[in-house]
Amino acid sequence: MGLRQLTDKIKPTFSKGGKLGFLHSTFDAFESFLFVPNTVTHKGSHVRDCNDLKRVMIMVVIALVPAFLFGIYNIGYQHNLAFGGEMSFGAMVWYGFLKILPLYLVSYIVGLGIEFISAQIQGHEVNEGYLVSGMLIPLIVPVDVPLWMLAIAVAFAVIIGKEVFGGTGMNIWNPALLARAFLFFSYPSKMSGDYVWVAGLSNGGAVDGFSGATPMVHAQANGLEGLNQAGTSLCDLVCGLIPGAVGETSVIAILIGAIILIWTGVASWKIMLSSVIGALAVGFLCNALATDATPYLQMPAYYHLLLGGFAFGTVFMATDPVTSAQTETGKWIYGFLIGALTVVVRLFNPGYMEGMMLAILLMNTFAPLIDHYVISSSLKRRAKKVKIA
Amino acid sequence: MTDYIRLKKGLDLPIAGSPDPVIKKDVISDVIAIKPTDFKGLVPRLLVKEGDAVLVGSPIFCSKVDPRIQFTSPVSGTVAEVVRGEKRKLLEIRITNDKQQTAVRFEAPAAEKATREQVRDLLLQSGLWACLKQRPYGILAKPEDEPKAIFVSGFNSAPLAADLDFVAKEELQAIQAGINALNKLTTGGVHLGLHQSNHASTPLHKLDNVKIHVFSGPHPSGNVGIQIHHVAPIQKGEVVWTVGLHQLIFIGRLFLNGACDFSQLVAVTGPRANKPAYVKAVVGMPMQAIADQATADAEGLQAGCPVRFISGNVLTGTNVGANGFLSFFDNQVTLITEGNYYEMFGWAKPFRCKKFSFSRSYFSWLTPKKQYAMDSNLNGGERAFVLSGYYEKVLPMHIYPVYLLKAILAGNIDKMEMFGIYEVIEEDLALCEYICPSKIEVQDIVSKGIDMMIKEMA
Repeated sequence: MGLRQLTDKIKPTFSKGGKLGFLHSTFDAFESFLFVPNTVTHKGSHVRDCNDLKRVMIMVVIALVPAFLFGIYNIGYQHNLAFGGEMSFGAMVWYGFLKILPLYLVSYIVGLGIEFISAQIQGHEVNEGYLVSGMLIPLIVPVDVPLWMLAIAVAFAVIIGKEVFGGTGMNIWNPALLARAFLFFSYPSKMSGDYVWVAGLSNGGAVDGFSGATPMVHAQANGLEGLNQAGTSLCDLVCGLIPGAVGETSVIAILIGAIILIWTGVASWKIMLSSVIGALAVGFLCNALATDATPYLQMPAYYHLLLGGFAFGTVFMATDPVTSAQTETGKWIYGFLIGALTVVVRLFNPGYMEGMMLAILLMNTFAPLIDHYVISSSLKRRAKKVKIA
Repeated sequence: MTDYIRLKKGLDLPIAGSPDPVIKKDVISDVIAIKPTDFKGLVPRLLVKEGDAVLVGSPIFCSKVDPRIQFTSPVSGTVAEVVRGEKRKLLEIRITNDKQQTAVRFEAPAAEKATREQVRDLLLQSGLWACLKQRPYGILAKPEDEPKAIFVSGFNSAPLAADLDFVAKEELQAIQAGINALNKLTTGGVHLGLHQSNHASTPLHKLDNVKIHVFSGPHPSGNVGIQIHHVAPIQKGEVVWTVGLHQLIFIGRLFLNGACDFSQLVAVTGPRANKPAYVKAVVGMPMQAIADQATADAEGLQAGCPVRFISGNVLTGTNVGANGFLSFFDNQVTLITEGNYYEMFGWAKPFRCKKFSFSRSYFSWLTPKKQYAMDSNLNGGERAFVLSGYYEKVLPMHIYPVYLLKAILAGNIDKMEMFGIYEVIEEDLALCEYICPSKIEVQDIVSKGIDMMIKEMA
């Protein structure tokens, strides 16, 4: 194994006391990326499961691949639609790829760079958490986001969102969502409106009648009628050939990811299901209260599951095991409130069209509180039971 | 009286090398050792010096805190060597075996007729008091306590563990005498846990004077801690004692014969064991005596890697090395490969046929019958807690394991109490440690928590 020998040869240089000893965390990161280390168990259980955090993280990355691939295609498709071009399938994919590549380069170079530096300073091993965050961030931003903004947002998310708390596993908020929230509140003009969701549209020159507005805009203005007027069918929403953030449009692609996550046990199906239930519950309630003057409230509740970032957020963001509720009962409550709050924000706060991001970040904040009450009530119940017995 | 308790959570580790029910040989070794380090929390005071002659049942060392608790020699012969470690810590007392097994005679009353004091004093004198463990904490029982109950697990669900039916087959009389004696020590009775799969066929179901509880489900259902949790959960201030079935035999023999007899069946198991089976040996047997059972055969990445000698099972045992000795509480040796190899792109390979995973991120769930030659590779690096609700899948207890561990890491005694530190010892959470993708040293953390509690309560 040539690579192994090469690694062994340069290892002393990067070890503590070696010439480049200050880079030992970086070297370790690359080495353990290439090889499962030869570490053996010292204490406790002598054998260990072959599942490690790298595998867990790579499973999430794999689950994101369908949404990622569809996102690439949809960038090209929307661009083609906007400019009335006659691009072939291959050309659309290539266009999308060229558009998404810089987003990924910025996301990973900035994010991993900071992770490496902070691991180096603290003398830790580099944590693989950013593999997932780095994959997520480009999928939840508008395709035309300026790269420097993305870089600042990523830096903010990694430093303030994660490293100040001690790295992956210690953070309170989902780092990827924090990046998006940062962009949204710092540069609102670049993060909302009708132009940002389709590649190249902000420079003008679209064909007549193409606004680039997301279906959510139409829905908010006129409910189901608005969607119909814009020519967005239910099928479009499910398939995802609509303008929107890169990876969040196709419900089908996201569902494939959901199946992978649930099957491998990385994400909690309880959170996903309860989030859907929460959204439907508020949706139905609003349907019941709606009048003709409020068409958005009249829109059937299940549309909320298909619009905007709901599906993506429910599957990939709300279920982040670090920032979600930890107890099983807590997961039901946490998911339900995310779904419910999302629809509430969407329907009653026209300032922020997309409630998903805010709902998840808010519930991230409250997840420990939910767990606290779940645990203390469970302990009380158990104490009572034991006393009787 | 029998009650049925259905447990579902847990995992029977599919590791290769379970022992055939045959006794391969009698191990009569030249030297054995007893190790004060086997007893958690013990501060030993040495009672012999090198060159002293000892009999089976002669005191070797005692507890500094309570000198009544003695630890006695399992063989007759002479004290060969006292091995000390850092700060003169007493590690091993090696005794040369004269192979006569001459034993100290004790005045043993019939177990049924003995009084509480008689049973207690005989156990203390003979050194068999050491077999009794106290819950909470899994430390030596205190002679002045009267426990709420005494628990014995009648099946061992740990990976490759000795089959207790096989061990008990010839020793029923001794086990019965042991139970009769233990009944004197508690008003709560002796409780015996049996597994649902064989509770009607095991010789143990014929025992009298016990309360039988039948459990179903995979490991750790055989852990006595899990059984206590479901039968009589330990509250603050309560004390329960436990004893291993194989050590109950020692106690029974003492009452039957008036002398100690530390011989037992030891299962030699594991993927690196030649032909996994049983040997007859005494407590403190040297690993050298069974070194011939270790095979050099190892395939693939494991080729050329040395053997790790574990006293006990792979989840909770001690790495004693090829020159080490069997620990006091163990009746099993596991031989596995020392996995000090690199595996290129191991974590990224879609398939790793030679490795088992509890999770579905690999494909070992497709081959549920397959047995794996597991080794000691950590299979990753240590990280912070990331997944939630994962430990609970292998822990059939109503506790919050991650919260308990975090309370221990934070040194918060109140929270540790709240999250059930009284109910667990290291072995109960061993499977959590096995499956943990963050490779957290769960048992070590629990052990530290217990130390903290002992200090706090003292």
